[in-house]
Amino acid sequence: MKDRSIHILNFVGLGFFEPAIRLVTGEEVKKNLSLLFKKVVLPILSVLLFLILWHSGATYLYNIEKEARIEKAFADRGEAAALEMQTCIESDDISCQPNTLPSPAQVWVAYKSLLTDHRIITEKKVAFADKVAATNTQRAEQGLAAIKYTGRPSFVDQIFTSLKTVFAGFLLALFIAVPIGIMLGLSDTLRSSVNWLIQIFKPVSPVVWLLLVFMIVKTLTMNSDTDSSFIISFISVGLCSMWATLVNTSMGVSSVDKDYINVAKVLQLNIGQKVFKIILPSSFPLIFTGLRITLSVAWMVLIAIELLAQSPGLGSFVWEEFQNGANDSNSKIIVAMFVIGIIGFLLDRIMLTIQKFVTFTEETA
Amino acid sequence: MAYIELRNVSKSFGIGKDRTQVLSNINLEIKEEEFVAIVGFTGSGKTTLINLISGLIMPDEGEVLFKGEPVTGPSHERGVIFQNYSLLPWLNVRNNVGMAVRETFKKMSKKDRNKRVETYVEMVNLAPAINKKPKELSGGMRQRVSVTRALSMSPEVILMDEPLSALDALTRGNLQQEILKIWNKDKKTALLITNDVDEGLLMADRIIPLKPGPKATLGPEWIINMERPRDKTALNHNDEYKRLRNSIIEYLIQIGEQRASKKENTYVLPDIKPRIKPAPFRKFGFS
Ligand SMILES: Nc1ncnc2c1ncn2[C@@H]1O[C@H](COP(=O)(O)OP(=O)(O)O)[C@@H](O)[C@H]1O
Ligand SMILES: [Mg+2]
Repeated sequence: MKDRSIHILNFVGLGFFEPAIRLVTGEEVKKNLSLLFKKVVLPILSVLLFLILWHSGATYLYNIEKEARIEKAFADRGEAAALEMQTCIESDDISCQPNTLPSPAQVWVAYKSLLTDHRIITEKKVAFADKVAATNTQRAEQGLAAIKYTGRPSFVDQIFTSLKTVFAGFLLALFIAVPIGIMLGLSDTLRSSVNWLIQIFKPVSPVVWLLLVFMIVKTLTMNSDTDSSFIISFISVGLCSMWATLVNTSMGVSSVDKDYINVAKVLQLNIGQKVFKIILPSSFPLIFTGLRITLSVAWMVLIAIELLAQSPGLGSFVWEEFQNGANDSNSKIIVAMFVIGIIGFLLDRIMLTIQKFVTFTEETA
Repeated sequence: MAYIELRNVSKSFGIGKDRTQVLSNINLEIKEEEFVAIVGFTGSGKTTLINLISGLIMPDEGEVLFKGEPVTGPSHERGVIFQNYSLLPWLNVRNNVGMAVRETFKKMSKKDRNKRVETYVEMVNLAPAINKKPKELSGGMRQRVSVTRALSMSPEVILMDEPLSALDALTRGNLQQEILKIWNKDKKTALLITNDVDEGLLMADRIIPLKPGPKATLGPEWIINMERPRDKTALNHNDEYKRLRNSIIEYLIQIGEQRASKKENTYVLPDIKPRIKPAPFRKFGFS
């Protein structure tokens, strides 16, 4: 039971709980205490240190900004205005707060307000759905499209939109890069003839991909009134991120162990069997490493692309908050930053776990 | 007519000035149901010889004939036990063997194929490990799987490339007996590559040394006429066994020395002190 849970924890990447579990069962107390210190206590300390540094940095910036405001009021409108400004700032009045790096506490408040906001919007949506339910069934009978909620999306909605986009982009990358990678890997001639193309396109920046996709999609969807921003952003994400998979797949396929190829020959497998039963399984570890890189690149460029393409999601959330310039906008941007980071980390962990499941580890005799 | 025949076979590898002739002018005849062992030094071209007979590679000169027909590629009639097991690491024992059975007996029903796989796996005492992946098996067990995979295809010839040389003495002895049992039961033709003269004496009807390369050729043959089944411990007191063993080993030592002296003659060492050179970096190319 204990060993099993430890095994599972290690498998999903939560191995740092291991010493705690072993301690609870009274196993090798001294060794596990020091392990616990290293794997749990020290990381917690480093988080605290990070928060302290952040807080003092924010306070420092806040003070600079505050001084500057008071100075400015003094220079422009005299001493009375300066005093008024100072009391205004110290009274936490929203209208005159310095606009700078928010402190951890402010970010926490913004986080909670985003959650509240989400709850309110969800309630509104439910209410709206109730209200239009009857009308919508009527419209459905008449063959008309249902009336949809068109209000502002909440932060959580934006997260899901982003996940949807990144997933679509990732799938696109998968379905383009893996088959092409296999073909390139199988044929030396093909590989060397298109190598220049890969080498040139691989380092192109996400922004340029976006513009390119924009040019093409805009023309193609000229006569339809569908919202093309989603299409544009997921295609750009796919194109930006597929290169790692493409390169890794072709490398994996072209470097299959000669012994396995000999087995395929001796068993007289046909070309399809050779690809699906020998070449693909043996290059799976490399392909999967490529896919992992692809997913993390996709998530990273997604934010920038959404921001530029004005398609809904975390990227446009960040951009709108920045444009908005409300009192807690900066804090919300930082919340988004953490959410982006944590989701990126989780996506990678999920891929790693799947990878452990589906790939063999090379034997060492 | 010989069952397997190699006529003036030569094989080279490499291009330009790196080209070396590994095998030169090989002539070999194997009769049906015969068990032939080839002994030779590492790197002399034994695996190359097996690959030529199995059809994995083609000779540069001369021809390889199987039942009178030139070999043009691998065939299910000639089963190969590879030198380094060559099991597929992502498949378990059942599927490693199963893949071979499926390819050889395409018309057989799934149930019969499964049964066949199980029978063969049991034959080498691996039934408890049938669902394990190669990395969970010991070296000896992997070698058994490799043997089973080749035998499950019911080939007419088994080509064995040092199948037992990576194993400890005990496991080796057991597997030798198992291979002999199977060979004896189905009366197959067998070619065994080995670096162990005793193994050859225990198992084969004929032992032929492969001289050290480059340009390796086959040496004179020794006929092993001892009665079967041969018992390993009893053999130690058998005069015929001792005579053959001494004679073969003497020959091997002699050609080994020839190789050494040949080297001394060809390379005149300059009179300089040795200098320690750093090991060359291994290159990992991405292109
Ligand atoms: N595919 C190949 N390409 C180039 N050289 C090879 C190839 N296969 C074998 N050789 C060379 O041929 C020689 C004999 O190899 P091999 O037949 O594997 O020897 P053995 O099995 O007796 O140890 C070695 O020097 C090896 O480097
Ligand atoms: Mg060899």
